[in-house]
Amino acid sequence: MSSHVVTLVVFSALVSTVFATLLRDELRSRVRFGLWAFGCFVLSTLVLGWLMNPFPS
Amino acid sequence: MSDSHVRAGAADPARALPACLFAWLVPGAGHLYLGRRSKGLVFLGAIGALFLLGVAMDSRLQLYLGFEDPLALLFSLAQMAMGLPYFAARALGYEAGQVTSVTYEYGNTFTAVAGLLNILVVLDALDTARGLKR
Repeated sequence: MSSHVVTLVVFSALVSTVFATLLRDELRSRVRFGLWAFGCFVLSTLVLGWLMNPFPS
Repeated sequence: MSDSHVRAGAADPARALPACLFAWLVPGAGHLYLGRRSKGLVFLGAIGALFLLGVAMDSRLQLYLGFEDPLALLFSLAQMAMGLPYFAARALGYEAGQVTSVTYEYGNTFTAVAGLLNILVVLDALDTARGLKR
């Protein structure tokens, strides 16, 4: 798994699944929360990566 | 809010300690022990996959319990929170990792986050056994 994006998606999906199962009791709200958390993970990473682009190490 | 409003399930305090112990040893085992089969299987699958992927990505699993490097100590404690899979992986010879691997840092993140999530799962098992959660 050497692709950054694939790693990001897999990590976000697994962590979102655990958070949704921990924080919501009903299946419907679990799915909604899990999708929301997954989107936040992926989107915030892309935004942060884009913001850091002008500052190479 | 009164305590009766907080309680969400049948309390079984006698099972709290074994549930926490099982939850630490194997992710999800505490919930399986308490009869929460679907939650237990989700935790086992998701956290187990995180840890296994981390090991496959050449994560370092070396034990560090010194105070000279506090971050290394916290990292090691986070990984140890995975319970048996962590010690099994070490026993199978995966403790050194491979620092030159492209995925080394990703692997470290996966294994440490898996352990940290397992701490939340242990606390959830405790709340479930105490009747505070379903």
